Amino acid sequence: MTAERQSYLDAPYGLKSWLLTKDHKRIAMLYLISITIFFAVGGLFALGIRLELLTPKGDFVSDDVYNKLFTLHGIVMIFFFLIPSIPATLGNFFIPIMCGTKDLAFPRINLLSWYLYIIGGVLGLAAIIGGGVDTGWTFYTPYSTTASHTSVTIAAVAAFVAGFSSILTGFNFIVTVHRMRAPGLTWFRLPLFVWAHYATSLVMILGTPVVAITLVLLMCERALGLGIFDPKLGGDPVLFQHLFWFYSHPAVYIMILPGMGVVSELVSAVSRKQVFGYSFVAFSSLAIAILGFLVWGHHLFVSSQSIYAGLVFSIITMLVAVPSAVKTFNWAATMYKGSVTWESPTYWVIGFMGLFLIGGLTGLFLATLGLDVHLTDTYFVVAHFHYIMVGGAIMAFMGGLHFYWPKMTGRMYPESFAKASAILVFVGFNLTFFPQFILGYLGMPRRYHSYPDEFQVWNVFSTGGASILGLGYGLCLIYLLWSLKKGAIAPANPWGAKGLEWEKTASPPTTFNFDEDVIVTEPAYNYAPGGKVHHG
Amino acid sequence: MSSPFPFFPVGASSVSTEMDMLYLFIVAVCAFFTVLVAALVVYFTLRFKRRHPTEVGADIHGSLTLELAWTFIPFVLSMVMFGWGAKLFFDLATPPANAMEIFVVGKQWMWKVQHPEGVREINELHVPVGRPVRLTMGSEDVLHDFFIPAFRVKMDVVPGKLTTMWFEATKVGTYHLFCAEYCGTKHSGMIGTVTVMTPQDYEAWLAGGRSTGTAAQNGERLFADLACVTCHKPDSSGRGPSLAGVFGSKVTLTDGRTVIADENYLRESIMNSQAKVVQGYQGIMPTFQGMVTEENLMQLIAYIKTLKPAAPAEVKK
Repeated sequence: MTAERQSYLDAPYGLKSWLLTKDHKRIAMLYLISITIFFAVGGLFALGIRLELLTPKGDFVSDDVYNKLFTLHGIVMIFFFLIPSIPATLGNFFIPIMCGTKDLAFPRINLLSWYLYIIGGVLGLAAIIGGGVDTGWTFYTPYSTTASHTSVTIAAVAAFVAGFSSILTGFNFIVTVHRMRAPGLTWFRLPLFVWAHYATSLVMILGTPVVAITLVLLMCERALGLGIFDPKLGGDPVLFQHLFWFYSHPAVYIMILPGMGVVSELVSAVSRKQVFGYSFVAFSSLAIAILGFLVWGHHLFVSSQSIYAGLVFSIITMLVAVPSAVKTFNWAATMYKGSVTWESPTYWVIGFMGLFLIGGLTGLFLATLGLDVHLTDTYFVVAHFHYIMVGGAIMAFMGGLHFYWPKMTGRMYPESFAKASAILVFVGFNLTFFPQFILGYLGMPRRYHSYPDEFQVWNVFSTGGASILGLGYGLCLIYLLWSLKKGAIAPANPWGAKGLEWEKTASPPTTFNFDEDVIVTEPAYNYAPGGKVHHG
Repeated sequence: MSSPFPFFPVGASSVSTEMDMLYLFIVAVCAFFTVLVAALVVYFTLRFKRRHPTEVGADIHGSLTLELAWTFIPFVLSMVMFGWGAKLFFDLATPPANAMEIFVVGKQWMWKVQHPEGVREINELHVPVGRPVRLTMGSEDVLHDFFIPAFRVKMDVVPGKLTTMWFEATKVGTYHLFCAEYCGTKHSGMIGTVTVMTPQDYEAWLAGGRSTGTAAQNGERLFADLACVTCHKPDSSGRGPSLAGVFGSKVTLTDGRTVIADENYLRESIMNSQAKVVQGYQGIMPTFQGMVTEENLMQLIAYIKTLKPAAPAEVKK
């Protein structure tokens, strides 16, 4: 074998070659390892929360510890797991390949983005070791600037630095998609995975600087006493909420849009069929990204924001439901008259559709002004966003990971374990979070260390479900690690799927992905011509 | 409530039934679509299961009719939700004119309540049944949120300003009061009870409570103690504008803008006196930030509200 034919994993070898790599695939793997570690850390915090809430009294940990647990759970999961999860791993790995090119436009900047992420992560861990943070991941003022005696500043710096990592990733994707597509690969021949990441990247580069500025202002008030948010210093605490959600609502779409891209790929591949309504699915990603910037005020309906502003934010939020519905119906329709496999990726993608549906639809309750007055700041909100972020984004991430694992590692994992893991996660997830919708309507507020007795029954379900959920993720981690050494060698295209990544690269790909220059002559997902058409 | 698996909180206010109806309406719409999509997906995976390893799906690219249908139908349904929700929201934001006013102050980690008659309570709120109650709320420190699930009402309590909410209790009983905006270590301990009483019981309770004068009387005492009265004279001869009839009136500022002198304007003028100075006067008033508590402020405002405008004949001159 010549050097060019070696897989990206083997050539060259050694730790230094990994830490200084400019290969987008290796950087994707570095990210995969790092986010898995943060996912485990965030999961441990969640375990602490669920154990505390098993009983109404605050008897497992103290109130201070509990407040730190949910704060750190949020910060770690959002800034260090969910935001980089799909874009920095699957996106980094497959966007250049799907564009038919050797690497991202700026390989060195790609590596820099991983290092910034790690610096942010180390600062985050420093904040944890240095006593933790108790402000909630939302850092609401004036509590975060004047009242909290915890490591707020260092946690804010951590999120600030990690933000630049995501700006650089988004910037790299946008330039790559514009400038590096192979000859013949027109915009409307791009896989929907690329469209979704393009939309995500727009949100990353336009939204993240705003949260960076907000965190700087927070640090100015906390460290230097500049009056920005604290009314005692002449500031306005609600201003912080506007600035924070101007980024942090679009950030939700940073988490879910790449998942939608993965699901479009998976639905098509497991059905061996063109995605139904390609251009509607593509443009709905852009619509979600754009509308996502105009809805931040729906977090502020009872904050003393003007009630007329509430009207505007409510109606625009309702509009987000439309492109989300369009996507869901198109995915379902893609399976119609498909050739649907029952291999493990199908389990994950069906799981995603069920959970995302509930997550998206419960957003309507919270967008409805009058109803939000009762539901906001209760467990209903907690349930809703976990359905979107865990049920939607993580389910899609797991589906994508299982679908692309043979390509990324060159190994197959045991199918039966993968199906068992998908089922455990789906059941465990619903058992954990569905009762929280009921708790929310009953009026149980968020971020409560102790609670009245009548809420206990649903909390017991929730904690029970969380153990099953943890089991599902744990099982998955074990067999995926096992497969790295012991799994069957993967063929180039184990799923019989269309796409440059399956048809034109080895498993795992060589360092420069393709052996010869790619020329694209057909649309994405071109399954039917020449194939044996299903007439069932 | 006694059910081992409760689904609904007690409904005890004039809006709780409508809130539950709106909730159930959206539950029904969402359940319909969840079942529809789930049934389709399950049916398609079974019906179109792959039978041969090289088999592929049919050559179908899309349908404009379907795309328009599943754009339009969700749009219309979401607009119905928006309309109903907006109507309820405006009802919740508009207290009836005859509402009785109770003052609430949130501080880490307790609720202090002050009735207009002067009775005070902590972590408890007693109200009469069948009478609209308007809460005027302020915070001594960080964000809080006054939440009564049985009434389906909730409002943030924000430092630096006054916020209001209202409700009309319809059922005698005792209900949860929660702080719903995270406020630090003992956030989940910042809870209490709301007791709804018959009007007679409420009067008896008020009479039995210890009172050091009504809120307005206390405000009048503060008005003298803080020497407000030396500049804000009843006629317009003082160095500051007369406050007679100022509450709810239109005030012209030095920069030509006009504002309504509501609770928040009065609060700001006391705490940050240079922010909005009345036309024709100099900004010489000192700030009282740090000198008056949120409770004092509410008493001062209660007093200013009682100052009636001068006789109409005099104004015409």
